[in-house]
Amino acid sequence: MTTVASTGGPATTPDRPSPSPTNFVGRSRPGEFAIRLFLRIAAAITVITTVGILIALAIPSIGFFAEVPVFEFLFGTRWAPRFADASFGVVPLITATAWTTFLALIVAVPLGLGAAIFLAEYARPRARSLLKPILEILAGVPTVVYGYFALQFVQSTVFREWLQLPTGAFSVLAAGVVMGVMIVPTIASISEDAMSAVPQAMRQGSAALGANRMQTTLRVVFPAALSGIVAAIVLGISRAVGETMIVAIAAGNQARIVTNPLEQGQTMTGFIANAALGDSRVGSLEYDTLFAVGLLLFLITLLINFISIRIVRRFREIY
Amino acid sequence: MRTIGSTIAGTIRPERPITSGTNGERRPLSLLFLMLLWLSLLIAFGVLVTLIITIIIDGQGQFSWRLFTEYPASSPDRAGARPAILGSAWVIGTTAVMTIPLGVAAALHLEEFADKRNWFNRMIELNVQNLAAVPSIVYGLLALAFLSMLGVRDKNIVIAGALALSLLILPVIIIATREALRAVPQEIRQGSLALGATQWQTTWRQTLPSAVPGIATGAILALSRALGEAAPLLVLGALVFVSFDPNGLLSSYTTLPIQIFNWTGRPQEGFHQLAAAASVLLLGLLVLMNGLAIYIRNRFQKRW
Repeated sequence: MTTVASTGGPATTPDRPSPSPTNFVGRSRPGEFAIRLFLRIAAAITVITTVGILIALAIPSIGFFAEVPVFEFLFGTRWAPRFADASFGVVPLITATAWTTFLALIVAVPLGLGAAIFLAEYARPRARSLLKPILEILAGVPTVVYGYFALQFVQSTVFREWLQLPTGAFSVLAAGVVMGVMIVPTIASISEDAMSAVPQAMRQGSAALGANRMQTTLRVVFPAALSGIVAAIVLGISRAVGETMIVAIAAGNQARIVTNPLEQGQTMTGFIANAALGDSRVGSLEYDTLFAVGLLLFLITLLINFISIRIVRRFREIY
Repeated sequence: MRTIGSTIAGTIRPERPITSGTNGERRPLSLLFLMLLWLSLLIAFGVLVTLIITIIIDGQGQFSWRLFTEYPASSPDRAGARPAILGSAWVIGTTAVMTIPLGVAAALHLEEFADKRNWFNRMIELNVQNLAAVPSIVYGLLALAFLSMLGVRDKNIVIAGALALSLLILPVIIIATREALRAVPQEIRQGSLALGATQWQTTWRQTLPSAVPGIATGAILALSRALGEAAPLLVLGALVFVSFDPNGLLSSYTTLPIQIFNWTGRPQEGFHQLAAAASVLLLGLLVLMNGLAIYIRNRFQKRW
């Protein structure tokens, strides 16, 4: 654009002053100005949304923390907001979230990376264009349907009937494993993009030194794409932490510290979903509790997202 | 490669063709590695197939027209999902009307007009990326707080649900639209500008029409995500017994995913079957929407 403007514009040639200098700015167009303003406002709405989220979560949370000390909230080990002797220690919710996220990653990271390596390094273009959309379907299945599957099939049929595991009607294991399958496409597609971006010359160089495809993949492509792969996993973590319906259906709703994946447990999101079912009055402590947990959830995912963006910037290898 | 191989290496080892890179492919370790890769795809697809078979088998007993025509009831043999289907249609329709113009406008600003060096525009870009990763339930809390602030008592209304879902898919639509706009070659814009069109005329008559197939595909995919979403609506109190057809923006409603959640949580086996049947229906709708998106992309997208 800049080269065109500096070489092509007759108005900028100094030695030939034209009799009527062409006005490239044109007449003023108020309508166009208004349209641009509208577009700008539309873009600004995204920022307003973020600010709105912060305010919406912060104001009720201030009310909450006026009654419950922050320290007691973050480090208390008993979560019983609806009991007569109410107690607001968020640690049980965090342990359940940590378990489901951890279990989801154990499933999603190997499967997602395996799929990504196959699609990026091994599959022919035809196979790739066939396999990738099928994999994407996994990301499109509604989370309530995953929840139904986790509860009715994985937990009650596989774990209890077939494997005879000592577990109740709900378990964080069923929720976590199914959630892991849900985030496989997230991890696979971002890591695949990262591996496809590694220049072909590096693979050829590796092959020329006698490496086979496995060695090339593991020792050349994988390290070169590491920043994208780590970012994919971090994004997977953020999705697992924020996932609601699967855990609300299959993980159970008793808030207690989870020590064993076969136990049931209530995650942060599960608590918000369940508490919202009961009609809590605006301004009551119960209502504020929702937002305090929501704020914690938002801050955790925000932190994870920023880490992901930083990792990509810091460790990106530029070719 | 062949000529070099035959002149240099061919003299040393004439019986063996030079195929660098494939020599070690049949070692046990690399075969095992390839099998593991296959296995990871196979497991993922296996779960998908198992899920679909499970809901079809569970739901087959309840799969009849009753699902479309009847209202929820206390007995699973008389219950249907009619209000939930209509409620989903209302909420998704309202969401589409609210969010597509807004998302496209924001993307046009970022892609065609914004000065990329301006700190405000850079912040918007970063912010859109961030919003796309905010948990969906947080959008429910945002809408809940917003409505409480306005003093709305009954939060289970179509417009409130649509508001939450709109904000949820807004970043998705912005990102998809930006990609569609970026795919329009710069020469189209330059040609239009060279003929004397203003920047907005160029955008409105050249760039945007060329990008419409890509935008439509992205918008449909975003709406299909909104259709399957339940968490934000749950927070807004959409889990209610609705025994009438929703009939306006201020009408009370329930949606298909919420109805599935409700039926899954009931103790009776019959309701679980209903949940499975409704899941089949929801998945079918989503497959249709995705199919439409893929069709639009393949049929109308320009290849420059």
